[in-house]
Amino acid sequence: MRVQLSINGDKYEADVEPRLLLVHLLRENLRLTGTHIGCDTTHCGACTVLMDGRPVKSCTVFAVQAHGRQLMTVEGLEQDGKLHPLQESFMSEHGLQCGYCTPGMLMTSYAFLQKNQAPSEDDVRTAISGNLCRCTGYVNIVKAVQHAAAKIAGGA
Amino acid sequence: MDTRTTPEVGGMGHSLKRKEDPRFIRGRGTYVDDVQLPGMLYLDIVRSPHAHARIVKIDSSKALAVPGVLAVITGQDLAKYNLHWMPTLMSDTQMVLPVEKVMYQAQEVAAVLATSRYAAADGAAQVEVEYDPLPVVVDPHKALEPGAPVLRTDKKDKKDNHIWHWEWGDKAATDRAIAESDVTVKQDIYIPRIHVASIETCGCIAHFDKVMDKLTVWMTTQAPHAIRTVFALVAGHVGLAEHKIRIISPDIGGGFGGKVPVYPGYVIAVAASVLTGKPVKWIEDRMENLQADSFARDYHITAELAAKKDGTLTALRIKTLADHGYTDAAANPSKFPAGLFHVCTGSYDLKAAHVEVDGAYTNKPPGGIAYRCSFRVTEAVHTIERMTDLMAHQLNIDPAEFRMKNFVKPEQFPYKSALGWEYDSGNYAGALKKAMDMIGYADLRREQAEKRARGELMGIGISSFTEIVGAGPSKHFDILGLKMFDSCEIRVHPTGKAIARFGTKSQGQGHETTYAQILAEELGIPAKDIQVEEGDTDTAPYGLGTYASRSTPVAGAAAAMAARKVRDKAKKIAAHLLEVAEDDLDWEPGKFTVKGVPGKSKTIQDCAFAAYTNHPQGMEAGLEAVSYYDPPNLTYPFGSYICVVDIDSGTGEVKVRRFVAIDDCGNIINPMIVQGQVHGGLTMGLAPALYEEISYDEHGNVQGGSFIDYLLPTAVETPKWETGHTITPSPHHPIGAKGIGESATVGAPAAIANAVVDALWHLGVRHIDIPITPAKVWKLLRQHGVTD
Repeated sequence: MRVQLSINGDKYEADVEPRLLLVHLLRENLRLTGTHIGCDTTHCGACTVLMDGRPVKSCTVFAVQAHGRQLMTVEGLEQDGKLHPLQESFMSEHGLQCGYCTPGMLMTSYAFLQKNQAPSEDDVRTAISGNLCRCTGYVNIVKAVQHAAAKIAGGA
Repeated sequence: MDTRTTPEVGGMGHSLKRKEDPRFIRGRGTYVDDVQLPGMLYLDIVRSPHAHARIVKIDSSKALAVPGVLAVITGQDLAKYNLHWMPTLMSDTQMVLPVEKVMYQAQEVAAVLATSRYAAADGAAQVEVEYDPLPVVVDPHKALEPGAPVLRTDKKDKKDNHIWHWEWGDKAATDRAIAESDVTVKQDIYIPRIHVASIETCGCIAHFDKVMDKLTVWMTTQAPHAIRTVFALVAGHVGLAEHKIRIISPDIGGGFGGKVPVYPGYVIAVAASVLTGKPVKWIEDRMENLQADSFARDYHITAELAAKKDGTLTALRIKTLADHGYTDAAANPSKFPAGLFHVCTGSYDLKAAHVEVDGAYTNKPPGGIAYRCSFRVTEAVHTIERMTDLMAHQLNIDPAEFRMKNFVKPEQFPYKSALGWEYDSGNYAGALKKAMDMIGYADLRREQAEKRARGELMGIGISSFTEIVGAGPSKHFDILGLKMFDSCEIRVHPTGKAIARFGTKSQGQGHETTYAQILAEELGIPAKDIQVEEGDTDTAPYGLGTYASRSTPVAGAAAAMAARKVRDKAKKIAAHLLEVAEDDLDWEPGKFTVKGVPGKSKTIQDCAFAAYTNHPQGMEAGLEAVSYYDPPNLTYPFGSYICVVDIDSGTGEVKVRRFVAIDDCGNIINPMIVQGQVHGGLTMGLAPALYEEISYDEHGNVQGGSFIDYLLPTAVETPKWETGHTITPSPHHPIGAKGIGESATVGAPAAIANAVVDALWHLGVRHIDIPITPAKVWKLLRQHGVTD
């Protein structure tokens, strides 16, 4: 099937099998390997990307379902050589260790901060509850997201 | 803590931002599945639905008709090369692919090789296997009963399912001490089977280059060098010599012990690549990961702890049945079939102790690997901390006061435990006191009394654990004969920058940062000027890898020792440049100064340049060193954790309200990273305490085989951890460090379990096995008339 979509602002077009998963389109066809696979059952969130601004778990979305949509992956966060405040905050607050869940955490948090500019700790915890991290114990991820919110509010 | 270097140099004690992070936050890490090679083939595995069954027939014809499928590999195919069985790390044997029968549900039965991931999966679905089911043995107690079906029929003389018996300590003295004691408490404790479930599963790409006659394997492994040697030993007879094998462990998405073993999938991928000459990728999915990869724990423990009337602990006796699944594939030092379980006297000054462990075969996947812990230390800590709490409650002494009374005292170090370990250093009362102050212990006990009077359920639990990490001294520690040293090689370039390579492999711990900090501390070369590399056996010095919190205690020590060799040579060069004797030089981080001559000095960078441009006559050029460090002893990190829980008396749900963790890992390299390790470790302590278990029904069907029913804590269940530390340096480690990666996972479950029992003690509850699920608590609450 023909699929046309925009990925991090670039147009992309290809013929794909109807059953091809979006995550495989991204990782193997487009070589955007920042989006990871962790569970195949929509539980871990390592594969989270944004589809028309909404976080989706790309391991349970078919590539053809993304036809005509705007996709954004972790590779699209950095703009003109400038890191997104979330990326800076994850580094400064030690919100990552092995880095495997990080792209999914960043994308979920990115979408969340569009809706909630000054989140409480509980707000952040609920927002990222669909993304599993086995390394950090979440404390510093929560801090990083709040830190990023403050930076964005401060005009960073 | 005090620092000896400036933040710009970034030696020990500085919270440097991690060198790893710029690639990870951009999605630019390179994990195994990110590697894609031209012409690469894909492997998918057919797995058994039965826990025990004879294989009658494997029909591959339909699978081979699937477009893209190239081959179906069975045990019969591997048997032609004698590769259908392989040795385990504990010198047992494990099937790569079965010829006669399967021994657990989800066991590998056949492998499909295809041109794409999807074609391989299609092929796997089309392989038809006919099974003849055999009686299933799930319970290790039943496995040892007379008349139980013998599972390992491949072992000619095997007449039962008993693997080994192991015991340690003075039995007679322990029996006597227990008989003479005033009070004993006895408890059965089951520590269930769990899975590390790193978010990245396991996998590899094997690439055999027929022209170069060289095998390269990108692999999710925590121990690349040991894997290389194992591959050479296992496959030497088919021509894989060790110099023709290169193992690359790229970025690893969490390990926690699960990436130590050699899994059948790796071996099949290697065999497929050697036969086809094409790169072959095998990546397991989450269900394969949870159902077939090595498990942790599964210890059935009976413990007896004895004390005098005044509350002085005297002796400990433990009998344990270890369920190993169908083979003993535990990842332990060879000499210790039950790992370091015999550190089970914990933080207490017991005069006598005796431990017995028996291993049993069952129809479950193999394992006995760690779950973020050093070889069964969690099992040991959970036992002694539960037993200590039981005894304190039994004697009606406050559990904190009881621990204070029985701790090994600071002046007793180095302390020889009743089971023969020499604890290097500790201040157990100091850590507990700090935790009590931080959480407000006395106030919490008052609050608990008030709440209890109102019928509310609140509990306070303590765990004052001692770990044993950094395996280990070559006298006692080896894996398949390989001594458990580790290594660092440093090359200082002419311009004063450096590269350092190690025999370990980070899986998220931040080695690229912390090793650079150790070198910065020792050499005064800024950490940012030092590149750290690990995980490529063609370039890194030989080492036994990263697990059991051994990186800092062993390879971290090697870093300091190699740096000191570099510094010794640099000193000779400095003396030459300054035209003084070596004895006339003093060292301060980064430069040699001439005693009594202010301003006359040479920096380490000056010495590096001279090492290549103006070295003394008679000295070899260059500034390099390597150290293979054999630790004189293990290190013994410790800590005290206090947990407060509230229990919903209607539903039985346990809510962790507060959790204070005071850790002591000796001298701290990077406080930010240490705290991060504790946060993560605590969460992997919370997980088995309240949520995680992989159990089996009577037919050997796995329960908890996907993230649908194997519950990893999310950010919502995980409390906001409160952390702190004390510092008691290791006296034998070159930088006084001890290791921190696993302390919290080891110490936390007992604190949580103790808090829950503390909340329910007045009802008559004495023990609850982890995971403490709402269902278990609710049942107890009903039994004791609290809810209906």
